[in-house]
Amino acid sequence: MSALLSLRNVWVEFGDRVVLENMNLDIEAGSFVSVVGPSGAGKSSFLRVILGQDAPSRGQILLDGAPLSPECGPDRGVVFQRYSVFPHLTVLENTAFGLECAGSPLLGRLFGSARRKAYTEAEAMLAAVGLGDSLHLYPAQMSGGMQQRLAIAQALIKRPRILLLDEPFGALDPGIRADMHQLITRLWSEYGLTIIMVTHDIREAFSLGTRVLALDKRRHDPHAPHRFGATAVYDLPLDKTKAENPSELAA
Amino acid sequence: MRWINRNISRKQGMALGALPILGLLLLYLLLAAQRHAANPMDKILPLPSGMVQAMQALLFQPDPLSGDLLFWADTLASLQRLGLGLGIATAGALLVGLVLGILPPVRATLGPLVTSIAVIPPIALLPILFIALGLGDTAKIALIAIGIAPVMIRDIAGHVAALPREQLVKAQTLGASTWQIMLRVALPQTMPRLLQALRLALGPAWVFLISGEAIASDVGLGYRIFLVRRYLSMDVIIPYVLWIALLAIVMDVALVLGSRRLFPWAHGLEAKGDKA
Repeated sequence: MSALLSLRNVWVEFGDRVVLENMNLDIEAGSFVSVVGPSGAGKSSFLRVILGQDAPSRGQILLDGAPLSPECGPDRGVVFQRYSVFPHLTVLENTAFGLECAGSPLLGRLFGSARRKAYTEAEAMLAAVGLGDSLHLYPAQMSGGMQQRLAIAQALIKRPRILLLDEPFGALDPGIRADMHQLITRLWSEYGLTIIMVTHDIREAFSLGTRVLALDKRRHDPHAPHRFGATAVYDLPLDKTKAENPSELAA
Repeated sequence: MRWINRNISRKQGMALGALPILGLLLLYLLLAAQRHAANPMDKILPLPSGMVQAMQALLFQPDPLSGDLLFWADTLASLQRLGLGLGIATAGALLVGLVLGILPPVRATLGPLVTSIAVIPPIALLPILFIALGLGDTAKIALIAIGIAPVMIRDIAGHVAALPREQLVKAQTLGASTWQIMLRVALPQTMPRLLQALRLALGPAWVFLISGEAIASDVGLGYRIFLVRRYLSMDVIIPYVLWIALLAIVMDVALVLGSRRLFPWAHGLEAKGDKA
C-alpha cells in the first residue's frame, strides 16, 4: 500500500539535545492519526517537522513519494490551539484569505467576479462548519469554540493533503469539545481528509482516531536525559467498525 | 472601603477632573490680581484682560512689516512643519518597522543601526542639520522626523516581531508569500499600533518643533514665544502656550477616535456570538 506521508529515519536535534530519534512511519491517505505522549516527548516537534516549520536534522519526509520542502506550504493545513485566525479580518475574510492569496499574488486581494466566487466558496465552507450566520463577526467577538471552527474552515478551503491539528480542542469547555469532536469526525469523512492530531487527552485520541501513536523515549540516561529522543513506542491501529469500546484498547 | 475599590462614575470623574484645573486657574487670578493691586504695570502675571488686549493685535491686525496676521501665520507655519515631520517619520516608521519586524535578514542588517541612532539625543544633531540643510524649514522638519522616527521604528518593529508565530505559519499554510504576509497579515495589524506610536510621538515632536523655531526662524509659534520673551510679554506667551496645548489635545483625540473608527477589531469588540 502506498503511503501518503512517510517518515524515513527522521531525527530532530537541537544542538546536543535529541528530541525525536529514528522515526519510521507510514501514514495512509484517509487515516485519522492521534498522537499522544507525556509533556516534552516531542509531540509538538513531530507536528512541526511534518508542517515544515522545523527541518529534520537527519532522515527524510516524503509526501506522495516526493521529499517535503522544509517550509510550510498549502499542501499541509494546520489548526493550532490558539492564534490560528487573523484578528483583523472578519470570519468571511479569514476564510477567503487562502483563496485570495492564490488568486492575486501581488495584492493578496480579489476583485469583481473572482472575489464573489471566492466569497461564495468561503460561505459554503463556513456553513459546513456551522458558522453560516456569523460571517461578518471579528474573531474577538466569538467564543473559543467558534474561533476553532473558523480556523478549521480557513484551513479546509485550501483542500490540504494533510490536516494537522495541534491540541485543537485543548482550551475548550467539555460540552463544546464534544460538539467539536462530532464536527471534525463529520468533516473527516465528508471531505475524505487525512488528519494528524496531537492531543494530551487519551480519550479523545482513541475516540476520534483510526490509529493512535504514543510518543515517548525508549531509552533513558539519568545523567544526560537530553541525549535520547522520543519515538513512537506504541502504534495502535484501531478498527473503527469493531472497536466500540475504546477503553478496552487503552487498557 | 479600600481606596483601590472606590470607583468613580463618569459624572463624578468629570467633576473631580475639573477641580484641580479650576483651582489652578483661580490661584493664578488671585496672584495676578494681588500683583496688579501693588503695581498696575506688572508684566509677570498678566490679567485676562491684558492677554485679550495683547492677542487682539496678533489675531486681527496685520503686521506692519509683513502684512500677515501674525498669530495665524505662526500657527500655519508651525503646523506645516509639525505635519511634515510627523508624516515623514510615520511613513518611515511603518516601512522600516514592518520589514525590520518581519524579515530576519533585514533585522540582522539594520537593527543595530537603528538602535545606535535611537540613543543619540536629537537636539545634539540640530547643529549638524542647520549646517547641512541651512536655517530654513528643511532643518526643522528633519529634526522632528529624525527625533521621533527611531523610537517609532523600534516600537513598530517590536510589535510586528511579537505577532504570534502561529499566525505567520497559518498564513503560509494558506499559500501566502512573504509579500502577501506583509501586506495582508502584518501591515493591517500594525496600523492601530502606528497610530498609538504617533500619539506618543506628538509630545517629543512639539519639543523638537519649538526648539528648532526658537533657535533660527522668522515665523512660528515657538519663534514668537522666544521673541516676545525679550520684552517679558507674558500676555502673549501664556495664550500661545494654551493654544499649543489645545492643538496638541485636538491631535491626540483625533488619533484616538480615528483609530477606533478605522480599526474596530483592535479596540475590544463586545462579544456577539453566544454559542460555540
